[in-house]
Amino acid sequence: MKTSPTSQRDRGTQPNARRPGPPDPAAGLSDLTLGIDRITCDGYGSCAELLPEMIELDDWGYPIIRPGPVPTALLGHARMAVDTCPVLALRLAAVARATMAAAVNVPAATVRAGGPARATNR
Amino acid sequence: MTARLLDGPALAAGPETLAAHTIRLGPLPGPGDRQALPPMLDAAGLLGRGGAGFPVGRKWASVAGRSEGRAIVLANGAEGEPLSAKDRVLMSTRPHLVLDGAELAAAAVGAEHIVIYVGSEHRAARAAIGRALEERMADMRRIATRVPTELVAAPPTYVAGEESAAVHFINEGDARPTATPPRPFESGIDGRPTLVQNVESLAHAALIARRGEQWYREAGRSETRGTALITIGGAPTPGVAEIEIGTTLAEVAETAGAPVSLGPVLLGGYFGGWVAGRSAWQAPLDPQVLRRSGAAFGCGVVRFLRTDECGVRATALILDFMAGQSAAQCGPCVFGLRAIADAAARLARGTARGDDLRRVSGWSQTLAGRGACRHPDGAVGLLRSALRTFDDDFTAHQRGRGCVAGQRAWAAA
Repeated sequence: MKTSPTSQRDRGTQPNARRPGPPDPAAGLSDLTLGIDRITCDGYGSCAELLPEMIELDDWGYPIIRPGPVPTALLGHARMAVDTCPVLALRLAAVARATMAAAVNVPAATVRAGGPARATNR
Repeated sequence: MTARLLDGPALAAGPETLAAHTIRLGPLPGPGDRQALPPMLDAAGLLGRGGAGFPVGRKWASVAGRSEGRAIVLANGAEGEPLSAKDRVLMSTRPHLVLDGAELAAAAVGAEHIVIYVGSEHRAARAAIGRALEERMADMRRIATRVPTELVAAPPTYVAGEESAAVHFINEGDARPTATPPRPFESGIDGRPTLVQNVESLAHAALIARRGEQWYREAGRSETRGTALITIGGAPTPGVAEIEIGTTLAEVAETAGAPVSLGPVLLGGYFGGWVAGRSAWQAPLDPQVLRRSGAAFGCGVVRFLRTDECGVRATALILDFMAGQSAAQCGPCVFGLRAIADAAARLARGTARGDDLRRVSGWSQTLAGRGACRHPDGAVGLLRSALRTFDDDFTAHQRGRGCVAGQRAWAAA
């Protein structure tokens, strides 16, 4: 029964809620985050080649994106990944204020365990 | 069991007529009072009953704020959840309560059109709503407040009830979810702000409008206020019941004639999860309390696992259904759910490959949030609950030993 917006059915299982990006402002975080149109994405995988720091591929070649703001140092690579996606499914968008706050205030334990979901089941 | 929505004539008597409904409950409040409804629903603490449990008043207010008098209300009675029957029972027996709620919602958010979206397989519900709409058309007293209302048959698929899929179907005849944003409350049917609200939520609103938020809050035995419709399965007397929110699983089991075995129960339907044990059976059936413990009230499904049913097999069949019901738009959902369902089926049969269980557990952690809608999230949420609840059984199945239970086929009732 899927009848309400995403945020309304969040049962705390979304990666964003548990695995925020690097929380250290000193590391230099941009105010941009990576988003993807899942319907358009065909799993070409070029994004993961250009931005392995933030994107890995699952067992079927579809991207798993690390949530949270893109580090400033990686912005150039991120833009290239966005521009070279063959189906233009990848985008950079402004981080919602709440997400930024969550990334900065996340408990230390979560940070150490954080990072993107790993597809370790090969 | 506390009857509010299901108060009145016996359910077996079929749809309540407009005359009987009006005599029993009195007329709806006048147009002036309807603007005050969103804050009133907020004060009542009414949570949506489609599965997500979002506050109804807040949802109405967000559509009202964008409406400029041109919004649309979509009453969602698609009910594609195989284990749920509460929406169709409500529509079949109390159609005017649902239509009252839709009419009030239209007035409150400033809508000029109402769509009643009912699963095409729910024949009795569609017939009852259709006849109720005719009765209302013929009622001269309603001319002033009448909002054009259309009955639309929803395709009999699981995702057709997802709100962006419902809007997509009305707009283009394609009941598959769309990429969001925009969400329907921003841009929905014909690009207008659209309130998509489950039919049970609307029926509660129709009672709150008449009796007030204090009356609504009188029911409720734990945190969340009010009553809720639930669908009970796997018990000697299955079916739809109305409970005071906060009633325990043990009490529901007793009423339905199920042995209080503290065995596994599927809560919330295919988008929910398995729970087991004494703490679960004594915990209140309350959306907010369950959510905190990692369980889900969802759309009110309470499906007891019979002692001759195997949890691994039941889970494998549900996952196979969910994989088959993918709208086939997003890679992680298409390939991920199929891979999970196939591995789960091998586990259930006792013919697992070497690392099936390990792979299934891994995939259960990597698919959430990776579809346009939350279909994959629902499937892996259920899978994770199964891996917790049937931990030993899954291990036994991986080793090819199978289990002693599981001879009986999994079925909705």
